[in-house]
Amino acid sequence: MPAHATAHALASGSDRSRADGQAAAGSHAAQQRSRRDARHDAWFRLALQGCALLVLASLLGAALSTLWGGRQILLHDTMGFLTSSQWNPVTGQYGALAPVFGTLVTSCIALLLAAPVSFGIAFFLTEIAPAWLRGPVAGAIELLASIPSIIYGMWGLFVFVPFMASIEPTLSNTLGRLPVVGTLFQGPPLGLGLLTAGVVLAVMIVPFITAIMREAFQSVPLRLKESAHALGSTSWEVVWNIVLPYTRQAVVGGLFLGLGRALGETMAVTFVLGNSYAIGYSLLMPGTTISSAIANEFNEAVGNHRSALIALGFLLFVVTFVVLLCARLMLRQLAKHGDAR
Amino acid sequence: MNTALQWRRHLLDQLARGLGLCATALGLLLLVWILWVTLSRGASALGPRLFTQITAHAEQGGLANAIVGSLIMNLLALAMCAPVGVAAGAYLSEYADRTRLGTVLRFVNDILLSAPSIVLGLFVYVVVVLPMSRLSGGSVSFSGLAGAIALALIGLPVIVRSTDEMLRLLPSTLREATLALGIPQWKLVVHVLLRAASSGIATGVLLALARLAGETAPLLFSAFGNNFMSIDPLDKMASLPVTIYQYTNAPDPRLHTIAWAGALLITLAVLALSLLTRLIVHRHAIRHD
Repeated sequence: MPAHATAHALASGSDRSRADGQAAAGSHAAQQRSRRDARHDAWFRLALQGCALLVLASLLGAALSTLWGGRQILLHDTMGFLTSSQWNPVTGQYGALAPVFGTLVTSCIALLLAAPVSFGIAFFLTEIAPAWLRGPVAGAIELLASIPSIIYGMWGLFVFVPFMASIEPTLSNTLGRLPVVGTLFQGPPLGLGLLTAGVVLAVMIVPFITAIMREAFQSVPLRLKESAHALGSTSWEVVWNIVLPYTRQAVVGGLFLGLGRALGETMAVTFVLGNSYAIGYSLLMPGTTISSAIANEFNEAVGNHRSALIALGFLLFVVTFVVLLCARLMLRQLAKHGDAR
Repeated sequence: MNTALQWRRHLLDQLARGLGLCATALGLLLLVWILWVTLSRGASALGPRLFTQITAHAEQGGLANAIVGSLIMNLLALAMCAPVGVAAGAYLSEYADRTRLGTVLRFVNDILLSAPSIVLGLFVYVVVVLPMSRLSGGSVSFSGLAGAIALALIGLPVIVRSTDEMLRLLPSTLREATLALGIPQWKLVVHVLLRAASSGIATGVLLALARLAGETAPLLFSAFGNNFMSIDPLDKMASLPVTIYQYTNAPDPRLHTIAWAGALLITLAVLALSLLTRLIVHRHAIRHD
């Protein structure tokens, strides 16, 4: 009997198999079983690993396939694609500048509006609200995140666009008169346009940013806040001077996460943007974004036009990837705090 | 002097509290506004015809084929991404925790979680729709299967993350006790850990389903849409979000009403799913206390 089999039989503590003539057979079976288990374990591990690698494969696949699909435009006319603002399928001109401009402007408006509101809600939920109110209100704000983007789009088009059209003349007459920023608010009161799209996007990303800010604020050690309160600080001073500096990285990460969401959002902006390939100073003018250009034109496009739209998709992927990468790197700090708690 | 400073600090504090309250009120107001608009406008087109007529006869006001298509594609997507997602989550938690590969995969998964869905739609178009078109010879073959694959790619990271988190919450004594009995690790994972975390994992799957139910952009270039009833996954397939998108873009106000009814159906489904997940989490939390 091999030594390691005896050792195994001893280790398994089976007195019966050691005692009689069945010892050899028993340990043999045990040995076989442990070999089988090891084999199954290895297969199982490999299968799970394969599934986990599929996650990596789908991210790489999304990048490579859009690069491949857009190669006719991306590789043959890189500079023209990236620097031209002309987009005309009839004459075969494909410049990405207008959609890139629209994407950046709407996302920046969204971020500018969503950041203070999210901060306000997180401040309310962690410092002001009575304990019994915090759970339900946080749940309701989270519900805002679960509403599908197409519903935001419909609400934007049928309800919010008429509302914006009714207040835009007032905007033009007040903010539009200001010396420097005035040009931003001058234009036809269509209701459709970059500003409207930015506001709808802001509503969409508020719950995401709020959730991260709230989690970050809750990760601040209680003794820090209590010390500040004990020194006579007001709630606002505690948040502004203690909580915010302590959670700065996670808060910025949350803002970047919201920005990443806003950059890639399609349905909510497609309806309210007006779809025009124009670059101008006015936020009230219609525009286009990368995602809405793809959604609007893809199914009618052929040849180079389709290739150009896929190339736009690649551009969007790269931009959002960089933004989300920054967001996740900054949020790692929050995750570490979470583990330490 | 001192009282003036105190008064100013007090005022600033009250101002900040007031603004915080306003921000919260604004958020809640928007939620109620959007839900109310969906409810009131959708309810007017709600009726039995919504579930019996197909979109080919738009004037009849039916969405039957879109509802069936959405159900088929969502369930097909879930059947694809749930097993893979649970397996990948189990790998991250049980085999790759604190390894370099595990860190990278978690990072990639988090990025995929908020990657633009329209790019995933383009990915499926290039990788599934174009090769299938070449196989079928010429015509672009959009299919329900391609739509389901696109949706599965969106649901996958949600399930991976929730499974990973739920498994990591389990006490390590559970693993040690099982392994000390001489039970192989794969049995530990399948029979002990996944079972112990089953309600948390189910929550993740339901959350993924809630996310899929409203996805529009990835379906535009994969399942495309179909005005007739189709249950063949290799054929073009209608779905609620895409039909809503088409009807909203149409000039006819009657179609807008039907679109609102479809929007109401999706919203109700999503709200029911998120309530269900909260109930599961709540029950789970109480049982643990």
